[in-house]
Amino acid sequence: MLYVRLILMRLLKAVVVLFMIIIFNFFLIQMAPGDPAAILAGEAGATDEAFLRQLRERFGLDQPLYVQLWRYVSGIAMLDFGYSYRQGVPVFDLIMARMPATLLLTGTAFVLSLAMGIFAGSLAAARAKKPSGSLIMALALLFYATPLFWVALMSVVLFSVYLDLLPAYGMYTVGAGHTGLALVLDVAKHLILPATTLALFFMAIYTRMTRASMLEASQQDYVKTARAKGLKNSVIQRRHILRNALLPIITLAGLQAGQMVGGAILTETVFAWPGIGRLMYEALQQRDYNLLLGIFFFSAALVIVFNIITDLVYRLADPRIKEGS
Amino acid sequence: MSFFARFAQNRGALIGLIILLAIIVMAILAPLVFPESPWRMVQRPFLPPMEVDGFPLGTDTMGRNVAAGLMHGAWVSLLIGLVSTLVALLIGVPLGAVAGYYGGLIDDALMRFTEFFQTIPNFALAIVLVAIMQPSVTSIVLAIALVSWPPVARLVRAEFMSLRNREYVEAARLVGQTNRTIIIRQILPNTLSPIIVLASLMVATAILLESALSFLGLGDPNVMSWGYMIGAARTVIRQAWWLSFFPGVAILLTVLALNLVGEGLDDALNPKLARERS
Repeated sequence: MLYVRLILMRLLKAVVVLFMIIIFNFFLIQMAPGDPAAILAGEAGATDEAFLRQLRERFGLDQPLYVQLWRYVSGIAMLDFGYSYRQGVPVFDLIMARMPATLLLTGTAFVLSLAMGIFAGSLAAARAKKPSGSLIMALALLFYATPLFWVALMSVVLFSVYLDLLPAYGMYTVGAGHTGLALVLDVAKHLILPATTLALFFMAIYTRMTRASMLEASQQDYVKTARAKGLKNSVIQRRHILRNALLPIITLAGLQAGQMVGGAILTETVFAWPGIGRLMYEALQQRDYNLLLGIFFFSAALVIVFNIITDLVYRLADPRIKEGS
Repeated sequence: MSFFARFAQNRGALIGLIILLAIIVMAILAPLVFPESPWRMVQRPFLPPMEVDGFPLGTDTMGRNVAAGLMHGAWVSLLIGLVSTLVALLIGVPLGAVAGYYGGLIDDALMRFTEFFQTIPNFALAIVLVAIMQPSVTSIVLAIALVSWPPVARLVRAEFMSLRNREYVEAARLVGQTNRTIIIRQILPNTLSPIIVLASLMVATAILLESALSFLGLGDPNVMSWGYMIGAARTVIRQAWWLSFFPGVAILLTVLALNLVGEGLDDALNPKLARERS
């Protein structure tokens, strides 16, 4: 029952944060230069007065500020995020249609980066004093410093223009009409480049973190005991050091969720991956502020959900942690 | 050992410092080497690198000199990286200092506020802020500062919490110094070394953020920047890969250099830690 209470507490906190973001969004619209009605319509500067008056009435922009805020908040509580005038569809529907692609991309990239990062990091820790260990760390620093969108573009040049191995754009082969297994394979093939480029940056972070955490764990007394018992070094590395070093990595992975969403915006833009990141880019291009703020809200919600999940995983992995601590 | 000797012991840091100095020189020399605006069309478009004298990196889709853009862009990247970090410090240091020094309810409230900003996805927030304030150097600096101050606040708070009950602070209290004087004159100077290290890494992150924003078309329309150059050449990547390649290398080198310098500063300012680590 501890977990139920914990989840409830977390959800309550999440609601508070989301509520603050809604208020934040509301004031952002107020802050924007120009007529909020024109901004909501995505028509900054170039609309006729009658249409604007109609909009103002419809959105209640002729009402006092607190009435407007109330309307805005209660609208969102009923999942009404307004209307995308550019695309002619409610914002909520647009975002929901794009959400699965983003979840697939970020989920794959997350698992990939964690697996590769822990592997490379533990290798680097085991060889901390050898050149091979330093080489891994140098590579990690290199990936950490490389702009994600640039890696994405360069991998398009290399793997799809010159080597012609992988598709560079989209999520499916357009017009191929694949179904069943063929469709899964087709999507997987399209997923390779975006997921790998997104994963590289995070792999670098996890590599550095795993190494530091393992070096710290290797100073512990139980490691000395294991050595004194005459256990093989590889067994000590894997069973004693790595297992204990993993805990802080889970916490860190949770903190990286926000970055992952940011990275998804860039990778989806380059690879035309039909997720909310690409949608955000389209909203930017079209100055569709209503849609932009909706996506912002949902990206924050995504991060919060992910944080709750990692928090629960952490507690499952380490039962020593008591609630409230 | 002197400060610089400790810094130079880290070979990577020395390399980083040399790269960084080269980029700074590049930024300073830009208006001398290429006095014309980097936006001017000066040759036929899509000129490959090393083909015509004076255009070592070729020209872009509009016939603008890529080398000129690269040098002028160095200025913008460094400036935005530096100023936005300073603004982030101006927000984060006072918040962290007050939270850590006073503790209790003030600390609780300020940390909740910090947590809120940490939960919001950084880059998405920066995009929304720049889009709504309209792209300009000022709005980009503000947006980057607003998304990067929380780690500063957390660091400064932790330092203040560990220092606030030290003897010299008690002594300052006994002689009747005000809280404000104690915070600014007594404790803050002792927290400077971790702040400097963090700040050098933040400049690197800020440059990455700026390049990503201008890549998406949210750069200041009046200044040439590396991210813009990559973004503008994105659609012609199949015909002219070099247009995106060189600005990307410039960003990579700058960010790498700043990270290396940051590590070196860490070694030089915390000599005890550095010895334990190696």
